[in-house]
Amino acid sequence: MAAIVCNNLTKRYGKTTALQNVNLSLEPGRIIGLAGPNGSGKTTLIKLIQRMLVPTQGQIMINGSEPSPETKAHIAYLPDRDFLPDWMKVCALMDLYGKYYGDFDRASAEQMLANLAIDTTQTFKKLSKGTREKVQLILTMSRKAEVYLLDEPIAGVDPAARDYIIRTIISNYNPEALVLISTHLIADIEAVLDEVIFLKQGQIVLHENTDDLRTRVNMSVDEYFREVFKC
Amino acid sequence: MKWDFKNGIPIYLQIISILKMQIAGGGLPPGSQIQPVRDLAMEAGVNPNTMQRALTQLEQEGLLYTQRTSGRFVTEDEEVLREMRKSLSEQYVRELFESLSKIGMDKNEIIEAVRSYQEEPAVKKEG
Repeated sequence: MAAIVCNNLTKRYGKTTALQNVNLSLEPGRIIGLAGPNGSGKTTLIKLIQRMLVPTQGQIMINGSEPSPETKAHIAYLPDRDFLPDWMKVCALMDLYGKYYGDFDRASAEQMLANLAIDTTQTFKKLSKGTREKVQLILTMSRKAEVYLLDEPIAGVDPAARDYIIRTIISNYNPEALVLISTHLIADIEAVLDEVIFLKQGQIVLHENTDDLRTRVNMSVDEYFREVFKC
Repeated sequence: MKWDFKNGIPIYLQIISILKMQIAGGGLPPGSQIQPVRDLAMEAGVNPNTMQRALTQLEQEGLLYTQRTSGRFVTEDEEVLREMRKSLSEQYVRELFESLSKIGMDKNEIIEAVRSYQEEPAVKKEG
């Protein structure tokens, strides 16, 4: 069964159409890139899956059910901005995750934080931007979820941190889970993607296996992206 | 192991050639054990499904074999290893001929260039 299915999904904000007639079927066990320039609808799609927005038209199914508190409990979501109560210490944030999410693996989070020598007695807001992003990713990836929604996880970090984030995603790879990563920086992550989706002005212009795409167009996914979205 | 990926070529095919070069060059000697898929995928920075696909193909070609309990190993079958070296060398020679014919050399000129390089490699330094 597909982990996420979208049928004729449309989202409008007033007169603005953010997503138009999106049809998708995403299988578990895959790492899928959601690529598109700013304003193409990536975050809207993720928020619809996460049930933070309600579709104007159409339908989403998550493991066969409509989005509900029940489906949400199995989705690990990393928003595109800081979202944690920033006055809390990192260890208190772990307590929070343990309390809210039955699937949170605290030992795994502690291990990853220790690997990066992040001081868990430190207050979240006192950490550097890159460290905050790593902490948020670690907390998200330490959940044993069925669906991971990562909204721009690599946008603000240096190349070493980016490599670390990519390795974290690979090492937490679970053949039963779907990982959906939105990004406009494809070159950095294309080697970890099974499939890629191109969103352009709220519509899907491509959804293909990345190795098939490379063979078909004789280019990297990044080069092809630049061609499709040339300004 | 060094993992460098080029554009426009499926990554699983690039993994296959990198591993073949490792096997041919002795970096992965006959009978040696291959790391688990996830570790290799992490090292290479690629998707575990992609790594799995590459290893499965190498198994089908007989270069690797799986022992149910203990993991994946490089073959010790001399015949298979010889065949792999032969096909790698054919591939390199083909690429050499293709590149040189693009700059207008014919077959005899290419063979002559190879022979003279082989006789006087010292003068062929960059420059």
